[in-house]
Amino acid sequence: MATPLLQTVDLGMHFGGVMAVRNVNFALAEGELRCLIGPNGAGKSTFFKMLTGQLKPTHGHVLFRGHDISSANQHHIARLGIGIKCQVPSVFDGLSVRENIWLSASRISSGKRVMRLVDEMLERVTLTNVADSLVGQLAHGQRQWVELGIVLSTDPKLVLLDEPTAGMTHEEVEKTAQLIREINQTKALIVVEHDMQFIRMIANQVTVFSQGAILMEDGVENIMRNPLIRDIYLGKQAVA
Amino acid sequence: MMLDVQGLCAGYGRIPILDEVSFEVNEGEFIGILGHNGMGKTTLLRALMGFLPAASGRIQFAGCDVTALAPYRRARLGLGYVPQGREIFPGLTVYENLRMGCSKQPGSAENETIATLLEEFPRLKPLLDRVGGSLSGGEQRLLAIARCLCGKPRLVLLDEPTESIQPSIVDDVVETLQRMRDASGLTLILVEQNLDIVAALSQRILVIRKGKIMQEFQLDGLHDASLVGEFIGGSTLIKRGNDE
Amino acid sequence: MNGRALNLLGLAVVGVTGLVFMLLTPHLAELDTVVNLTVYMITAILALSLALIWGYGGILSFGQSAFFGLGAYTYAIAMFNFGESTIPFLLAIILPTGFAALLGYFMFYGRISDLYIGVITLTVTLILFNSVNSTAGPEFHIGAARLGGFNGIPGIAPLNLPFDSTRVIDLQGMFRLSAAVLLSTYFGLRLLLASRFGRIIVGMRENERRAELLGYDPRAYKLATFTIGGALAGLAGCLFANWGNFVSPTIFGIAQSAQIVIWVLVGGRGTLIGPIVGCVGIQWLSATLGSSEPSSSADVWAKVVGNAPLTLGAVLIAFVLLVPKGLIPTLADIVASVLRRVRNQRGCEPQ
Repeated sequence: MATPLLQTVDLGMHFGGVMAVRNVNFALAEGELRCLIGPNGAGKSTFFKMLTGQLKPTHGHVLFRGHDISSANQHHIARLGIGIKCQVPSVFDGLSVRENIWLSASRISSGKRVMRLVDEMLERVTLTNVADSLVGQLAHGQRQWVELGIVLSTDPKLVLLDEPTAGMTHEEVEKTAQLIREINQTKALIVVEHDMQFIRMIANQVTVFSQGAILMEDGVENIMRNPLIRDIYLGKQAVA
Repeated sequence: MMLDVQGLCAGYGRIPILDEVSFEVNEGEFIGILGHNGMGKTTLLRALMGFLPAASGRIQFAGCDVTALAPYRRARLGLGYVPQGREIFPGLTVYENLRMGCSKQPGSAENETIATLLEEFPRLKPLLDRVGGSLSGGEQRLLAIARCLCGKPRLVLLDEPTESIQPSIVDDVVETLQRMRDASGLTLILVEQNLDIVAALSQRILVIRKGKIMQEFQLDGLHDASLVGEFIGGSTLIKRGNDE
Repeated sequence: MNGRALNLLGLAVVGVTGLVFMLLTPHLAELDTVVNLTVYMITAILALSLALIWGYGGILSFGQSAFFGLGAYTYAIAMFNFGESTIPFLLAIILPTGFAALLGYFMFYGRISDLYIGVITLTVTLILFNSVNSTAGPEFHIGAARLGGFNGIPGIAPLNLPFDSTRVIDLQGMFRLSAAVLLSTYFGLRLLLASRFGRIIVGMRENERRAELLGYDPRAYKLATFTIGGALAGLAGCLFANWGNFVSPTIFGIAQSAQIVIWVLVGGRGTLIGPIVGCVGIQWLSATLGSSEPSSSADVWAKVVGNAPLTLGAVLIAFVLLVPKGLIPTLADIVASVLRRVRNQRGCEPQ
């Protein structure tokens, strides 16, 4: 591979007497879309938090385009081009949808252009008709879309999505899959999800986490047929 | 009749959400509620639990009129609620969370309840001494459900219970709930986006749109119900039923 | 009429009223009223400093009185040393600003949590109180200025025209200057809050983590906000020393610190007019209650109401319980719901 967009070297995180993440060597190419699956407590969200700087690894390194960002501040990493949609939606509840997206878009633009970018993003995440509603009053699934809009508005090069379809109807899940495929045309993505149907809609390559380490990496279909993965994770969702 | 809702209207401040909602639930029934986001599913559960005051209408639970009762009183009557998200006590350990769920049971009964429940939720066994806030999202969700069941509720309101939980454990949770229905007559109202779960657990399904119950039908009528068309796409179970 | 037009109309009303008030009052009112109004306006600037930091920025600083007092003391001390007011006036703003920047740097870049910000700022102002309070005695002086300890520094010469110590400001002039500074502060803050900076600090108050994940450095924004607030408080302090020609350590005291928080709480966070109303209202209420004569008869009720701290405490409790959003936001909500009802009635007209 040419210099990977994102690479972790022996990355590890130890807290509360638990090795949440153990010696993870992960690599993602420019423009690649990877899905991350694994049992609850396997360390997926902790892994994400180390990529965004929310947690500092206890050992190992995170490299973004070759630069070591392991001890960088969150806002610095955000400016380098990593955006994250959190497992629990992290949005500005007391502000309107429009204001939420404005705050994000104005980080990379100014003046009238920002207003245009905001309107475009509102269209893209289909929230134009609730643009002036307070985000705190929106339904769970809609808040997910607001967060997606916020993250995309800073035009990141790598988008991390932590359970983006939680709380969504099947129709919304399909729309999200479509949006992700669109985003993937210009950006790299790592998506954590439990919905295997959704993963089949978007992914080729899947990385499986278990007990803080990478268990295996393979194509979607192989993963779904793997008996070990069925036992520890998939249950009845496995394909015979 | 376990639950009787008549003409329930509720909303947030000046924004009305629920519009003359009426339905009944018998003991031991499992009801599924379907609807798009923002249509009032979560609002309905919150109103049933009493976190949202009823603007008008009546709610009867286990023979008592609970319309004006505070949530903790409804809980004491046997109404359990697992809200969306992960509302566990982050500063308490898993074990302490479960004990909080046991509320008024005497000490010895408490241990027995928790032990029984841990057999149904083995994933929590190695986590007993871990602080709630250090668990992963899915583990917290599981704890929230287990904690609610510790209180031995007669009717449980579940809002997206399987969200964030890994597929194999989702299967286990579904089996646990089915066992509890068959063994102790547990009644359930379930809000879920995953149609397969709804189909596995519910006997009757209500579809909410714009705060009103648009349709109510039995499970076998699922493929015929045109309104459910928009939800069906995601269900392999029902697709197979249609293809046969 | 849409929101934006309504906003501009409100600003115009405030501006015009303010200007008229500033120009006419000295001619129409009695001198002691003018003097009282002047101190209300000066403390309103102090209230606005916390309105910015706390009301909009979400940083609860219990120590605005530290910068207020530093501004007053710096002016006094510099005035005794320089004899002419231009440099003292500038120093009285620069010193509190610098101190706010330094304190802010340690607090925000040290990632101190919100709760401890309140504790630290309160502690700082108390340290200043205790230090300055114990400087009675001739050995405590800075140049020609004796600090005076608990006696304070009397006889502070008022402002003069820049570099011309013969043309000194009079009481009406002080009134107009304070009004002008208050109006400029108000409009300046409105501009700041409508700007990108203002919207970002409000966003940070809502969800600091998300703001940081978007690429905004919260430490830098909070430091800037805190420093601006410190500068405004310092400016108010300088004017205050001019108004009373006297300054004492009570300016750093806990009572003063708490008062500022109460003004903003009662008036309403998230607004600028609110804290001004809260500040003037509460001080006026204190003054009126305090001036009522002790009842000679055994009229318990009169005695209770006449006890200013007791009544003020009751007012504060009533506000926190009944009007938690503060006066101005609650009034705004009432007006909005009335307008909505009117609009709905019109909309429901049969076709």
